[in-house]
Amino acid sequence: MELSGGDIIVQCLKDEGVEHVFGYPGGAVLHIYDAIFRQKDVQHILVRHEQAAAHAADGYARATGKPGVVLVTSGPGATNAVTGIATAYMDSIPMVVLTGQVPTPVIGSDAFQEVDTVGITRPCVKHNFLVKRLEDLAETIKKAFFIATTGRPGPVVIDIPKDITDPGVKIPYHYPAKVKMRSYNPVAKGHLGQIKKAVKIMMEAERPVFYTGGGVVLDDASKNLTDLVEALNFPITQTLMGLGAYPGSGKHFLGMLGMHGTYEANMAMHETDVLIAVGARFDDRVTGHVKQFCPDATIIHVDIDPSSISKNVRVDVPIVGPVKQVLRDMLKVVNESDKKPKKKALDKWWAQIEKWRSMNCLKFDRKSKLIKPQYAVEVLHKVTKGEAFVTSDVGQHQMFAAQFYQFEKPRRWINSGGLGTMGFGLPAAIGVQMAHPKATVAVVTGESSIQMCIQELATCIQYDLPIKIILLNNGYMGMVRQWQEFFYDSRYSQSTMSVTPDFVKLTESYGHVGMRVEKPEDLEGTLKEAFSMKDKLVFVDIKVDPEENVYPMIAAGKGHHEMYLSPGSELV
Amino acid sequence: MRHIISILMENESGALARVANLFTARGYNIESLTVAPTEDATLSRMTLVTSGSDEIIEQITKQLNKLVDVVKLVDLTEGGHLEREMMLIKLRAERTQREEIKRLVDIFRGKIIDVTDTSYTVELTGTASKLNAFLEAVNEELIVEVVRTGPSGIGRGPKGLGL
Repeated sequence: MELSGGDIIVQCLKDEGVEHVFGYPGGAVLHIYDAIFRQKDVQHILVRHEQAAAHAADGYARATGKPGVVLVTSGPGATNAVTGIATAYMDSIPMVVLTGQVPTPVIGSDAFQEVDTVGITRPCVKHNFLVKRLEDLAETIKKAFFIATTGRPGPVVIDIPKDITDPGVKIPYHYPAKVKMRSYNPVAKGHLGQIKKAVKIMMEAERPVFYTGGGVVLDDASKNLTDLVEALNFPITQTLMGLGAYPGSGKHFLGMLGMHGTYEANMAMHETDVLIAVGARFDDRVTGHVKQFCPDATIIHVDIDPSSISKNVRVDVPIVGPVKQVLRDMLKVVNESDKKPKKKALDKWWAQIEKWRSMNCLKFDRKSKLIKPQYAVEVLHKVTKGEAFVTSDVGQHQMFAAQFYQFEKPRRWINSGGLGTMGFGLPAAIGVQMAHPKATVAVVTGESSIQMCIQELATCIQYDLPIKIILLNNGYMGMVRQWQEFFYDSRYSQSTMSVTPDFVKLTESYGHVGMRVEKPEDLEGTLKEAFSMKDKLVFVDIKVDPEENVYPMIAAGKGHHEMYLSPGSELV
Repeated sequence: MRHIISILMENESGALARVANLFTARGYNIESLTVAPTEDATLSRMTLVTSGSDEIIEQITKQLNKLVDVVKLVDLTEGGHLEREMMLIKLRAERTQREEIKRLVDIFRGKIIDVTDTSYTVELTGTASKLNAFLEAVNEELIVEVVRTGPSGIGRGPKGLGL
């Protein structure tokens, strides 16, 4: 079979099992779009801005575990996608981004819509390629999928000059079933000796705690983690990226840890003697001040990426390998061990944890005449029976969603953790809904974040995506305002978002349904009505308490044991 | 501490940029960097001199290993190794100074490779510290231009860094 470059690309995507491509056409990719036009197997989803294409592919990947695919043109098409690529990179999301480039003979001449895409994306991709010969195209695409989905996943960019996709030039097509790269060999298996060493330490532990992250979700190791935690009767806390891997209602779960983590999770981190970190990267929002991080702990760290180990915090027992395999082997070693976890010490530890739990650190004013954002998330949980895919933007609403929407399953909580990209939520929900057409998909957002990619309401109507947008409208960039209140004597510099469109009318003008709620007593009814509209996008503008803050809070540079628990409270 | 990291990488456009990018993006020191093809045309050999605490050097080697274009690397300073750097140095050499400069070049086992009525150009090879010693020994006012390659290194013994 002889094919042109454009047709090769589409054929490669088919052979790779790709069903959806998120993109936006332009000059340098016209040949590829023509190839897309002439077939039916790969569905192209036309977004309204290239940033959204990348976020949608990202959301698709997070919800399914399959790589998301993006197709954008050269120059501004590529630069617009960069925020989305960097978002995926920070959270290790598998993604393949095809960017158009000006024809090879004019590369470097500042041609129309030319930009050094490989150079611009280099720091925010796992790897990138510039295809210089048509003969290399199919193999490069195979390599890109291989790199994006193996080891620690991440986005891979393939920059394709226009002449490579010329319909007039055809070559025999062959898509390699496998690809081998001498310079890229992700670790296939964690070392059994290290696993045994770790288990030995775990059996001696008196105040152990699991601290698990996005790596557990990425490797679909949720069941293995749950089994291990329950076999050991150890407490577990999860990072923002890890939520859902261990069920939120599970009795061993202490809640999220870190800057806005629960009192019990952070105190357990501070007091622990054996920390078992799994698929987590000791991010600064998690550790607080590294010098005060887990001062008494022997640290075991399981991660697929050797460079994550001892990067921010010195680790005692590193185990480099796929999370799933390591957890499976760990459970096996635990079961075969003649030693058992120290029951007495654990009982004492759990008693201490229950004391911390009884502080009820996530309490909020339930009698308020204003809608509390926490309450809104609780109602969302109730109305969706905790089964929705929830995407979010970035800020207070994101933290409230993480704290109050008890995630029972992995891949249900989809947010930009590492890069913290406002504008992520709605386009990510597009990807999720494309992947799971029947599922309930909700975007928890703020009036500031939603405006960063609001144009995607048009994409939603075009593809009949019945997403539910839950806007916690407080009229501020809430998290910025909270920091200004705490650390800048309430000087709310440029953080007021009082000028917004009428979101109900705006939504209606796109052809969707808009609703508004202003009183707590109306909230549940409105959300029920919204979620009962199974085939409609409903945008619910919820006026919430404008000055509510996210608690607990560890200020930057403080230790886990130094939290603010409520307004005006001292450090505890 | 100063470390010499020797890297075998795919001889592809952009590979050098990836390494350089990594150092700027993560704020690592980079003292010198040399790169050239090897006997295998698909591979390049890079010698990189950097410095930092043990933790930082550990991160540097891990991050370099993570680059898809990097095939293999070794921190030469972890074992016995040889290090050579070449320097080309142009000196003002008027009649009265010529003998003195010639003697100094001989002491350092250098070669005078270009001569004019008023100048010598000297080629000198050795460790970085030997080249520094020469620069200190020669009268500063006579130096017109200094060009150094940055060190290249290789491990001692029969074993080589290969695939």
